[in-house]
Amino acid sequence: MFTWIEWLADQLIFGLLGLAPDTHLGAALQFFVYDTVKILLLLFFITFIMGIVNAYFPVERLRSFLQRNRLFGLEYLLASIFGAVTPFCSCSSVPLFIGFVRGGIPIGVTFAFLITSPLVNEVALALFLGMFGLETTLIYAGSGILLGAVGGWVLGRLGVERYLSDWVQKMAEQPVMTGDFEEDGQTFRQRLPGITQEALSIVRGVLLYVIVGIGIGAAMHGYVPEGFFEQYLGGGQWWTVPLAVILAVPMYANAAGIVPVIQVFVAKGIPLGTAIAFMMGTIGLSLPEATLLKKVMTMKLILIFFGVVTTFIILSGLLFNLIL
Amino acid sequence: MKTIKILGTGCPKCKQTEAVVRKAVADLGADADIQKVEDIQDIMQYNILSTPAVVIDEVVQIKGRVPNAAELEALLKA
Repeated sequence: MFTWIEWLADQLIFGLLGLAPDTHLGAALQFFVYDTVKILLLLFFITFIMGIVNAYFPVERLRSFLQRNRLFGLEYLLASIFGAVTPFCSCSSVPLFIGFVRGGIPIGVTFAFLITSPLVNEVALALFLGMFGLETTLIYAGSGILLGAVGGWVLGRLGVERYLSDWVQKMAEQPVMTGDFEEDGQTFRQRLPGITQEALSIVRGVLLYVIVGIGIGAAMHGYVPEGFFEQYLGGGQWWTVPLAVILAVPMYANAAGIVPVIQVFVAKGIPLGTAIAFMMGTIGLSLPEATLLKKVMTMKLILIFFGVVTTFIILSGLLFNLIL
Repeated sequence: MKTIKILGTGCPKCKQTEAVVRKAVADLGADADIQKVEDIQDIMQYNILSTPAVVIDEVVQIKGRVPNAAELEALLKA
């Protein structure tokens, strides 16, 4: 499927620039061009598909569906899946959170959405698909969605409503029933230009991160020897997983910048579970997100929220290292 | 005169929306008062789930995305 991109990169680097394939620079540059083109194409394709899904199943529809149906626990999974397919924008997480709570959606279900939304997003999926292949991508997406559902359920069981900010609690006491979701009646043909534009603007928005991330990855590939991290950071000792996650949580990096670097970690000997857990900690939880949530939650709830999610990320990393 | 409110907590998309709205109003020479609403409690009065949103004369017309020039013009002329 991607052989033509490889051909293109070969022509450009080895042909046009005249670099030899067996030099560090030549190999690194070829790798860089090939990965960048491949990932940008995948990113466009995935955001485009998600755009179509979202045009027909916007979050408003999820909310009205959850209000009207009893799902016996499946609502956590549903909210989590929705979190994954909705393009993530940190600025929307707060309005969405309040909108759900106010619509009478249980707080645990709301959290399920909130956990998965940054964790499994279009950029992370495109990068994973391009750098690790389909199987690892499915493992990542599946475990992210499951983690969101379980984490949301646990937070719901902890009865954390009382730790919401006062004004949010007041809003939750007077729930508004939103009516059935109304279609806006546009045809697919009318929607297509908007969806395409949106996909292109997402690709443009992360272009720089992709290039920088792949650039760093390509440089590391060429220069870091095999087994380097294994030697210095330890191979598969259990404590490397919690350490990686705890380091990762306060950091925030765009998935586009972090996946190429993680791919090098894995190629040079870090276990996949540790790498995935590190990645989840970086993009799923961050200090900027905590600052945003401060508007709707007390510090205590933010700590509980981060604590629960961090614990589950560590557990899934450990589990992956055991079974993969 | 129309009152246009742009709801958003200050993310890139919200700024983009403000720019698009200002340009559309200027291009049409429309008589409009453009306000930026950034306080989350005020934003939530409009019962939306995602920002940015554009409110014209207290009716939410666009939510969760950056509008394009053509649809804004249609809304402003209405």
